[in-house]
Amino acid sequence: MSDVEEAITRAHHNEWARVVAALTRRFGDLDIAEEAAAEAFATAVQRWPADGVPPNPGAWLTTTANRKAIDRIRRENKRDDKHKEAQMVYGDGPPEPVGAIDDDRLRLIFTCCHPALAMQTRVALTLRMVGGLTVPEIARAFLVQETAMERRITRAKAKIKAARIPYRVPAVEDLPARVSGVLAVLYLVFNEGYLATGPDTDPLRHGLTAEAIRLTRLIRALLPGDGEVAGLLALMLLTEARRTARVSAGGELVPLAEQDRGAWDTGLIAEGHRLVRERLAAAAAGAAAGRYQILAAINAVHTAARDVRDTDWSQVLALYDQLVRLDPSPIIALNRAIAVAELDGPQVALAAVDRLEDKLAGYHAYHATRADLLRRQGHSQQSRAAYDRAIELAGNTAETAYLTRRRDQLR
Amino acid sequence: MQYLVSVIDDKSNPGSTDRRPAISTFNERLIAEGYWVFSGGLADTDAATVIDNRGEQAVFSDGPFVESKEYLAGVWVWEAPDLDVALKLAAEASKVCDRKIEVRPFQ
Repeated sequence: MSDVEEAITRAHHNEWARVVAALTRRFGDLDIAEEAAAEAFATAVQRWPADGVPPNPGAWLTTTANRKAIDRIRRENKRDDKHKEAQMVYGDGPPEPVGAIDDDRLRLIFTCCHPALAMQTRVALTLRMVGGLTVPEIARAFLVQETAMERRITRAKAKIKAARIPYRVPAVEDLPARVSGVLAVLYLVFNEGYLATGPDTDPLRHGLTAEAIRLTRLIRALLPGDGEVAGLLALMLLTEARRTARVSAGGELVPLAEQDRGAWDTGLIAEGHRLVRERLAAAAAGAAAGRYQILAAINAVHTAARDVRDTDWSQVLALYDQLVRLDPSPIIALNRAIAVAELDGPQVALAAVDRLEDKLAGYHAYHATRADLLRRQGHSQQSRAAYDRAIELAGNTAETAYLTRRRDQLR
Repeated sequence: MQYLVSVIDDKSNPGSTDRRPAISTFNERLIAEGYWVFSGGLADTDAATVIDNRGEQAVFSDGPFVESKEYLAGVWVWEAPDLDVALKLAAEASKVCDRKIEVRPFQ
C-alpha cells in the first residue's frame, strides 16, 4: 500500500464517524451526512495522490463534506422548497443540554442503536454510519442481498427522520439501559464474525470481529467509566486472542481444552487482563459487575492458564454462580455445568445438563455437551446418539467437522 | 411533533376493564405537562361502518375494514419534542391502560 493509500485508510478509520456525526448534528439528517461523507472520502481518493495528504486530514474531510452537503441542499431547495423545511427541522430548536459526555459520535451511536429500530437494523445502521462499512460490505458480511440491505438502511433513515428519533446522548437515568442496547449491537456484530469460522468463509465476515472491537474501543474512549463497556471490550479481546487456535488447518473447530495455547495472541490477552483487573478493582470498591464483566472474568481465568490442566475451575465456577444470579438463562446454566464436570466429575455435570432438556433440546451445544459428558463416563452408545443430534443441529461447518470426528472416535 | 398513540386491545386476551380512573388521572397529567392534544376511547369494532365512494356510488359495509384479533380500542394525539419523550409516555400509558400501545408520527 502506498503512503497516500495508507493515509486514506487511516483517515477512514479515524475520521469517518466523526465526519458523519458532525454533519448529522449540523444538518439534522443522517442521509445527507452519510452521502456527503462518502463523497468527501471519494474526493480524497482522487485528490490526495496528486495534491498530497493535507496536514489535518480530519478537518479537510469535514470541510469537504460540509461543502458537499450544502451543495446537495441547494440543489434540492431549487427543486423543492419543502425539503428545506424538513432539513431545517432540527436546526432551529434550542441547543441540546450538554451532558458530561459531549461527543457527536456518541450521539450518532445512540441514534443508530435506538430501541425503536429493529435489532438487525441497528446493526446495519451502526456499521454503516459509525463503522463506515459500505452497504455491499455489510450485505456480504451478513449474507444478505445488497438491495435488501440498502432498503433496510434507507428505511431506518426514513424512520429516524419521520418519527424524530433524537440525536443526543440519553439522560443519565436512561443511560445504563441505552448503553446496554449499544453493547448488545456490538456483541452481535462480534459474534457474527466470530462464529463465521471455516476455510471457505468470506474474509469480510471475519472482519466483523475487528470492526466490533474497534467500535467498542471507541465507546470505551467515550465512556471510560462504564464497567460493562470495559467488560465487553475485555471479553472481545480475550475471545479474539484465541481466534487462530480455534480452527485447525483442516477447518475443524478446536475446543478450548485442546487449543495450542502458544498460538494465542499474548498482546490481546494482556490488554484484556488489564481491563478485567480494572473492573475487579472497581468491584472490590463496591461497583456491581454486569454480565459482560463476569464473562470477561471467566475468559481471563481461562487465558491465564498456560496449560488447560492449570485452569482454576473453582474460580470459573464461582464466576458462573455469580452470572446465574444475574441471568438465569439455560445457556449459562449449560456452561456452568461444564465447569462442574471439571470439579465434581462428568456424572454430576450430566445430571445438571439433563435438567435443561426442556429448554435446550433444540440447541446443538446442549447435545454436544451431553455427548462429551457421556463419552467421559464410557457410555459410548448414548454418547453417539447425542453427537448425532448435535451434528444435525449445528449450523457451522467447522463445528460439524469436529463433532463428526469426535463421534467417529467412539468405540 | 405530533404522534398518534393507539391503544391496542386483544379480543382473545383483553386488558382489564377497570382502567378508567387511572386513565383520567394520566390524561390530567398529560394536559398539565402540555403533551395532550386529543384523546378518546372507541366503541366496539362491531359499531364501525366502512364507506367506499371511489366508484359510481357509495357502498356501505357493516363492520371494521379489517377483521382481526387485535384492534384499536382508543387513541391519543400527543405533542412531544421527539420520539424518546413519546416512548417514555407511551410506556406509562401501556401500564395505565393495561394494553399495548403503538406510537406513530404524523407527517
